[in-house]
Amino acid sequence: MFDIIFWVLAAVAVGAALAVVLLRDIFRAALSLVLLFLTVAGIYVTLYADFLAVVQVLIYVGAISILIIVAIMLTREVWHGNPPGRLRIPALIVCLLLAVTLIFTVMSTQWLVSGESPKTPTTMAIGEGLFGRGGFLLPVEITAVLLLAAVLGAIVLIREK
Amino acid sequence: MTLLEQFRLWLATILPGWEWLAYVVPAIVGIVVILGFVLTMVIVFIWYERRLLGRFQIRLGPNRLGPEGVFQPIATAVKILLKEDVVPEKGDKVLHWLAPVIVFVPVLMIFAVVPFGERAILADLNVGIVYVVAISSISVVGIYAAGWASNNKYALISALRTVAQMVSYELPLILAIVGVVLMAGSLSMTQIVASQDIPFFILQPLGFVIFFLGTLAELNRCPFDLLEADSEIVAGYHIEYSGMKFAMFYLGEYGHALAYSCIIATLFLGGWQGPLLPPIMWLVIKALVVFSTIVWIRGTLPRLRVDQLMAFAWKGLLPMAIINLFMIAAEVLWLPETMLWIMGAVNLILAAGLILMWSKLFTLGGGRVEV
Repeated sequence: MFDIIFWVLAAVAVGAALAVVLLRDIFRAALSLVLLFLTVAGIYVTLYADFLAVVQVLIYVGAISILIIVAIMLTREVWHGNPPGRLRIPALIVCLLLAVTLIFTVMSTQWLVSGESPKTPTTMAIGEGLFGRGGFLLPVEITAVLLLAAVLGAIVLIREK
Repeated sequence: MTLLEQFRLWLATILPGWEWLAYVVPAIVGIVVILGFVLTMVIVFIWYERRLLGRFQIRLGPNRLGPEGVFQPIATAVKILLKEDVVPEKGDKVLHWLAPVIVFVPVLMIFAVVPFGERAILADLNVGIVYVVAISSISVVGIYAAGWASNNKYALISALRTVAQMVSYELPLILAIVGVVLMAGSLSMTQIVASQDIPFFILQPLGFVIFFLGTLAELNRCPFDLLEADSEIVAGYHIEYSGMKFAMFYLGEYGHALAYSCIIATLFLGGWQGPLLPPIMWLVIKALVVFSTIVWIRGTLPRLRVDQLMAFAWKGLLPMAIINLFMIAAEVLWLPETMLWIMGAVNLILAAGLILMWSKLFTLGGGRVEV
């Protein structure tokens, strides 16, 4: 059952990813990106990572793709579509090399498989891991400060005067 | 264990060897029940809003078709469905077709985690409320697609306004939800309802007000209905839509209102809990009370301008939501659980003080917001 769902989601994800790159219409490409994010969230659901799936939708679909779409809407002359680039063949070669490397790494690595059944309330384990004793509290706080600095930097950059 | 899970286990015992059927049948039954509930309630809501708005504006509202005009929404639906489906010549036809679907499907998906009773819930996710926030952010993409595919400047302006509004009001909305989650100690909707021996709107009145106002903005309801402001941008993102596709937007709008009414009832008004009546009746009554307030606000307040809208979100609701969150976190941490009423009283005084202070900051006279 899970195998079928995984393969359907994987096929849709790869198709959507190809559409993002190949479509001339940049707005449709952005919407394909949304579809890609949703299928990845679906794969997380099949892995019992419910919190991760929901956060994936919330952040990638709800925030990042909307940011991309706003950027597209505010770009001048965008309805002409994506201009054809001159570096198509080199880009294709680089991408293929990257893909082959990634696939080779994934296939040749001995992945550690845990025999435990997945934790059912995942939220508690995640909360303990992030904020509990011996957890990742310091990295979380540093990330928050970094993001704040990025926001302030963006405001400073676009401020007139 | 929810009713649907029980149904699935029962099916698995009477149909050995047909395991997939035991998964598929309860899912389909659940979806059909939810769809029936949503469509019925949407028709009731449309009729109710038009009648109530009529009373607010000292007129009768539709009262000809059937007793008290109850069949009017059905007549409206038939009229809309029979209209010609016009697609803009230079628009993006595929996206124009897809946009109403992207808007409507997430609205239906929200109902998967609305608890209608102690065990009557489609999927008792342990991340329930985060799921609601995540799913409802998808329909913004649909509104965008509609604005873009229509090839119409008013539709595009409306789509751009949506971004600004949704992104701004999502922050205070989520901060208000975090207050509820802190007090309930769980993200699951069933747990949130179960922990409300005293409804949360008594314990955290400020959070309730912030969540309600954020919801109005999410629903694009008056006074935050800038993206369809009829007097300036005609009808906003669905200006180029007619026929069935327009009906989908209309249905989505009222479905969204119903979903968020149910969620306010679940988070703050004690959900399905209540004496005597069956749980689902309590949820429907509470949702209707919330919806009546929304209609009341629509009948009373004028529409905000874009700068007023932004100022209200970033300078009004967001700081208040952060103060509210800190107060609730401190109270949950230090006050013993037996002193809930003291907590409620403290929060009520805090809410009154903060709202008074912030209302002094916004002087709305003279058509300008001075902050």
